[in-house]
Amino acid sequence: MSDNLIEARNLTKRYDGTAVVKGISFSVARGEIFGLLGPNGAGKTTTILMLLGLSDISAGTARVVGFDPVREPLAVKRRVGYLPDQVGFYDGLTAADNMRYMARLIGLGPQERERRIKSSLEHVGLADVADKRVSTFSRGMRQRLGLAEILMKDAQIAILDEPTSGLDPLATVELLEAIRNLKQHNVSVLLSSHLLERVQSVCDRVALFSGGDIVLMGTVPDLRRQVLGGEFPVEVEAEGEGLRDRLAMVPGVRAVEATGPKHFRLLADRDVRPEAAAAVVAAGGRLYQISDLPSLEMIYTRYFQNLSNEGARHAA
Amino acid sequence: MQREGSPWQGLGVVVLKELSDHLSSWRMRILEWLVVVVAAVTVYAAIQQIKEVTAEDPFLFLRLFTRAGGPLPLVALLSFLVPLVSIGLGFDLVNSEHNQRTLSRVLAQPIYRDALLLGKFLAGLATLAIGLVALWLLIIGLGLIMLGIPPGSEEVARAFIFLLVTIVYAGVWLALAMLFSILFRSAATAALAALGLWLFLTILWPLLLQPIANVITPNGDILAVLNTQQILARVSPSALFNEIVAVVLDPSVRSTQQSMFAAMGLILIERGAIPDAPIPLFQSLLVVWAQVVGLVASTILLFVIGYIAFQRQEVRA
Repeated sequence: MSDNLIEARNLTKRYDGTAVVKGISFSVARGEIFGLLGPNGAGKTTTILMLLGLSDISAGTARVVGFDPVREPLAVKRRVGYLPDQVGFYDGLTAADNMRYMARLIGLGPQERERRIKSSLEHVGLADVADKRVSTFSRGMRQRLGLAEILMKDAQIAILDEPTSGLDPLATVELLEAIRNLKQHNVSVLLSSHLLERVQSVCDRVALFSGGDIVLMGTVPDLRRQVLGGEFPVEVEAEGEGLRDRLAMVPGVRAVEATGPKHFRLLADRDVRPEAAAAVVAAGGRLYQISDLPSLEMIYTRYFQNLSNEGARHAA
Repeated sequence: MQREGSPWQGLGVVVLKELSDHLSSWRMRILEWLVVVVAAVTVYAAIQQIKEVTAEDPFLFLRLFTRAGGPLPLVALLSFLVPLVSIGLGFDLVNSEHNQRTLSRVLAQPIYRDALLLGKFLAGLATLAIGLVALWLLIIGLGLIMLGIPPGSEEVARAFIFLLVTIVYAGVWLALAMLFSILFRSAATAALAALGLWLFLTILWPLLLQPIANVITPNGDILAVLNTQQILARVSPSALFNEIVAVVLDPSVRSTQQSMFAAMGLILIERGAIPDAPIPLFQSLLVVWAQVVGLVASTILLFVIGYIAFQRQEVRA
């Protein structure tokens, strides 16, 4: 068996003749966190449902843990944990009872069931509310309960659909931490999100979706190089004598532009932030702030700007 | 294309979960108390009346079900109330899973949709059966205590068949309610559609029968028109139920058309038959066998339509 837990080749989904997912191919390795990112309606959830065997595949093939989700959905679903977008629970039942139902469906014996429910609820920090009705739970607690269910299942792959949507910042951080934890348990994670900024930090690799197609795929630095080419914009906020010239002399910097009294924008062909900081300090200047690397969102936006620029050039 | 694994995997789990949901729900308690109280009062009234004619009737116990002490006999009451309870139980079986967003979570477990749907239906039917069996025992008990004579074996057999038929009748309406709960994403719409169809079939349809029968029967004499009318009436499960019950609970009824003719002042005369003489249980069953099959078949048909619709539905809300 190859080390890829998920393999999708030319995966296509058509509704009444219109393709919603247009022949995408990607793979997820064991223990990897892979992000399907893109705006709503780009085909992320449809892709996930096809991988789980919950939606028919119009064309192409998928292998999940070595099984075909169309022909062997039960084998796939035994090994994959799924946290749907806006996960729902039986509100009238307690958290533990909700999990007991799922555990019975999975086919766990009574002792194993109680042991796993207890340990997974502890793991996500819900042990003290195990016997409370889910109707009293907040959005973040529900998401964590969903994660507990994946832990209980002892899944090899966790598929999380928009796990952070609708969560407050603190709950988001907690959830992302829990997702990193999954990776430590050697679980592969496939997560989808339209909030590029929030999840880029946890993803090993990402695939950027647009209109049912993967337009970009790779690690975040890879994408940065691909899309921005040799251009690394760095914003520096500093105060001092002749900083502009000092910054211009930093190796790798091609141009410096003063955008304000204390603001400089460097155009570099690589990540020059440490060197720029050193230059400011060496010149006796006061460094207030230096910008982050271009975010995924910026890469994504830039990619489409490039596309439309090219389109305009072709049209001209 | 062959799927791996059994479609019934997880069926037992689903049935138990749904059953415990039903039995602990307030909705079910209200519906069951409604039926039990109304039925008990009806039977009590019937018993008061039966007591006066105890001596002359060989099938006294069956009169508990068919004799009207108050405005309606028990069978008519059940033919009316059972659909209401079934619809009350079934109108949100599937769409509540959509609305609570639990469907995709459940289906992400190693079970097929078949198990989920059948499990929901069987649990609903079991709940109805539990209620109806309790009601039945209550009636027999009331009869034993208040009439003071034990029922004969044939009476018990006939009463038991009546119980089974009532459960099947409940199944038809449950399958219908479940079908609507699959087709309509909103529980309120599904409930209204099911109740609407039920009211149409029990109240409007009988009124429409005669005009329609008059029109579509070619050069009809009155008997032919009546015949068409009865055939049309059988579209409604309630009509089938009433026909079966009339024959099963009254050994002197030997045809499903007897009451219809009697209402017109006609007596059905068969060659060699003694009017009003009781016929054996097996003969009674033969008379209504087609109706029983019809009830079972419509349950299966409604379930299958729902099954197909459910299989084709997208999991996503």
